[in-house]
Amino acid sequence: MIAEFGLVALWFAAALAGLQLFAGFLGLREGGEGIAVLARPAALVQALLCGLSFLMLLWLFARTDLSVALVANNSHSAKPMIFKLSGAWGNHEGSMLLWVTVMALAGGLIAFIERRLPERTMLATLGAQAFVALGFYAFLLFASNPFERLAVAPAEGNGLNPLLQDIGLAFHPPTLYFGYVGLSVAFSFVVGALLTRQVTPEFARVMRPWVLGAWVLLTLGIAAGSYWAYYELGWGGWWFWDPVENASLMPWLAATALLHSVSVLAARDALRAWTVMLGVIAFSMSMVGTFLVRSGILTSVHAFAVDPERGSFILALLALNIGGALAIFATRASTVAEGERFSILSREGGLVINNVALSAILGIVLLGTLYPLLTEAFDVRVSVGPPYFNPVGAIFLFPMLLALAIGPLLRWRQDSFARIRRPVIALAVTGVVAVIALWAITGIGILPLLGLALALMVAIGSVLPLRGRSLRRLPLSVWGMVIAHLGVAVTLFGMASDTAFQKERLVAVNVGDVVEVGPWSAQLEAVSPVAGPNWTAIEARLSLRYEGTEVAMANPQARSFWSPPTETSEVALTTRWNGQLYTALGNQAEDGRWQLRLWWKPFVTWIWYGGLLIGLGGVLALLGRVSGDIRRRVADRKIADRRADEAELAAETAS
Amino acid sequence: MRALPALIALALAIPAPLAAQDSLPPAPYAYNQLEDPELEEQARELMLTLRCLKCQSQSIADSDAPMAGDMRHQVRTRLAAGETPDEIRTWLVERYGDYVSYEPRVTASTWPLFVIPVVLLLIAGLIIRGRLTRKVQPQEGAE
Repeated sequence: MIAEFGLVALWFAAALAGLQLFAGFLGLREGGEGIAVLARPAALVQALLCGLSFLMLLWLFARTDLSVALVANNSHSAKPMIFKLSGAWGNHEGSMLLWVTVMALAGGLIAFIERRLPERTMLATLGAQAFVALGFYAFLLFASNPFERLAVAPAEGNGLNPLLQDIGLAFHPPTLYFGYVGLSVAFSFVVGALLTRQVTPEFARVMRPWVLGAWVLLTLGIAAGSYWAYYELGWGGWWFWDPVENASLMPWLAATALLHSVSVLAARDALRAWTVMLGVIAFSMSMVGTFLVRSGILTSVHAFAVDPERGSFILALLALNIGGALAIFATRASTVAEGERFSILSREGGLVINNVALSAILGIVLLGTLYPLLTEAFDVRVSVGPPYFNPVGAIFLFPMLLALAIGPLLRWRQDSFARIRRPVIALAVTGVVAVIALWAITGIGILPLLGLALALMVAIGSVLPLRGRSLRRLPLSVWGMVIAHLGVAVTLFGMASDTAFQKERLVAVNVGDVVEVGPWSAQLEAVSPVAGPNWTAIEARLSLRYEGTEVAMANPQARSFWSPPTETSEVALTTRWNGQLYTALGNQAEDGRWQLRLWWKPFVTWIWYGGLLIGLGGVLALLGRVSGDIRRRVADRKIADRRADEAELAAETAS
Repeated sequence: MRALPALIALALAIPAPLAAQDSLPPAPYAYNQLEDPELEEQARELMLTLRCLKCQSQSIADSDAPMAGDMRHQVRTRLAAGETPDEIRTWLVERYGDYVSYEPRVTASTWPLFVIPVVLLLIAGLIIRGRLTRKVQPQEGAE
């Protein structure tokens, strides 16, 4: 009964989304007040029902109810509980249900609390939200029903790929999904504002927390995914320009641009059309990402062409949502005036460079990701990889980083070079000296060389806005900006150092042998078998010395899972403040020696520390904005209360 | 002529001799480095830009697949024998097609990959220039 209950709740939620759609859009018409009052309650109840449906799915997975196809295909009674639960969303149907649930919860939340915008704009927003949600409900109910029963329940489930039985991975996709959903809320606000011609700073302020939240989650999701690939795949790479990675990077790039342009709109009432466009693009990139990951097109274009049901469905939703939004934009563009003007030497000018560069990088990633799929459809197979993305992306990234170092020093609207001459000259000198020194001393490649120099400049530039300000009275949102920008520098430094200075050793050794790599030496003490709950493994014991002093043991394993049978490499990571020693155990050669792979990766961890800093900056900015909103709301309520009291008093004295 | 794409697909699908050795122990230079650090550095740079044909989106430098191991062995032995990285890349492309190289060449079917970034650069320049020439006029009373 649990599965049927979940399915019914899902159908009811879809019906309520239909009601919300009608109430939102019909309520906009004259005389529609009667139906308009239904929009907010519909959104709330829809959120509850959808949440209930998802809880039912969790319950089915917790009980390992094998009569449900999804559970039988993806779970196993011997799995630890946490992975049983995460299995609920570690598959196509479950993850789409999670998506819709989070979307419904977000819709319920804005219906419940958001009162700042004109009611008509809110109605249009809720209507747009319902329109997007209905598409996904249809997708779930008609093409990916998570509650489908099997005629005969199997005796045991198919298990879950052991590569995916990892705590990081259990929470990585939901993080990205929550981010995508945040962008869908931003999209609904954009459509609502366009329909009711209310592209105002107030609209930007209402939309900003959603963009910020989505952006924080996407940032953390990408950083976590990168770290997962780094330690799980066993070869020390942290970014592969794989289409799946690009699918998560593209919404992030769009959200980063949107985040900056929405701040301009909120603070200065400028870049109106640009913000609206980015809002549409950010959500379309979420859908493009979902399409790439969920349609199966990446495995093979031809396999996708043979069984295109799901992919076509997502593609149709994408066309409908984005085409619709662009059509509305086209008819309303003339009424969305450009907004306030500004000179290029101003805070807005710097942010325009940020927007243009991020959009161009987004275009390149999109091109490089989709182009091979396009040619494959014509039976021409090409590969686009790091040798393409790195230099072509850098053409736009590096100027943008320069703008990042200088932009926050500028004033809004118009500034003079004379005012910022000293810090700019100091930054320029630092950059030039760094480039020359690195070039003379190390002789590393041009991209990591420029990367290191720019990391230094961005690090200095990011803290310069603190100069001459009282740190204790600085608003949280400014702290957020400073910390996030510093995070960019830290990440860039980690990437450039690892690329430029990593040391690699691939060797076959006997027990007792010593391997040197960079400042480390590792002695293989023993190789022994070990067993876990659903795997067996061969484990190496390595004793490590850093510059001659004994520091640690490392125990890399070569693991074999038995359900389904899969071999994985469990690497050992030995972390110091200045980098990581990465050790992996390979097979035994015929002569009895063991294959070892060791990398000394200087400052590689800074890539993810930087990602955390960027996320922290986003959280601080979000806290600053939301607490400001709450304070304003409390103040408004006090004023309203006092007015009511006064009116009452006046009425009493009058009578 | 309809058979041509099918023939190409078939030719690609026939396991090349390198891939046929899955059951044999890995070739000596699959998991071992060259003695000469400079050559090894070149080998690594080249391997990072060659696609493992049996994996999903991994270079041969990042893969445990037997075929990736064999290709690493080929790259290292050929470099040690005095071939340049470009010659090895050309050889592999002739053997496996453009798909094996992550570094797309400019050809009749890939030119948009190189033209579009230039167009993007021009557009970006135009947008920023448009902003640059449009000055603020503080005298206007309509502020």
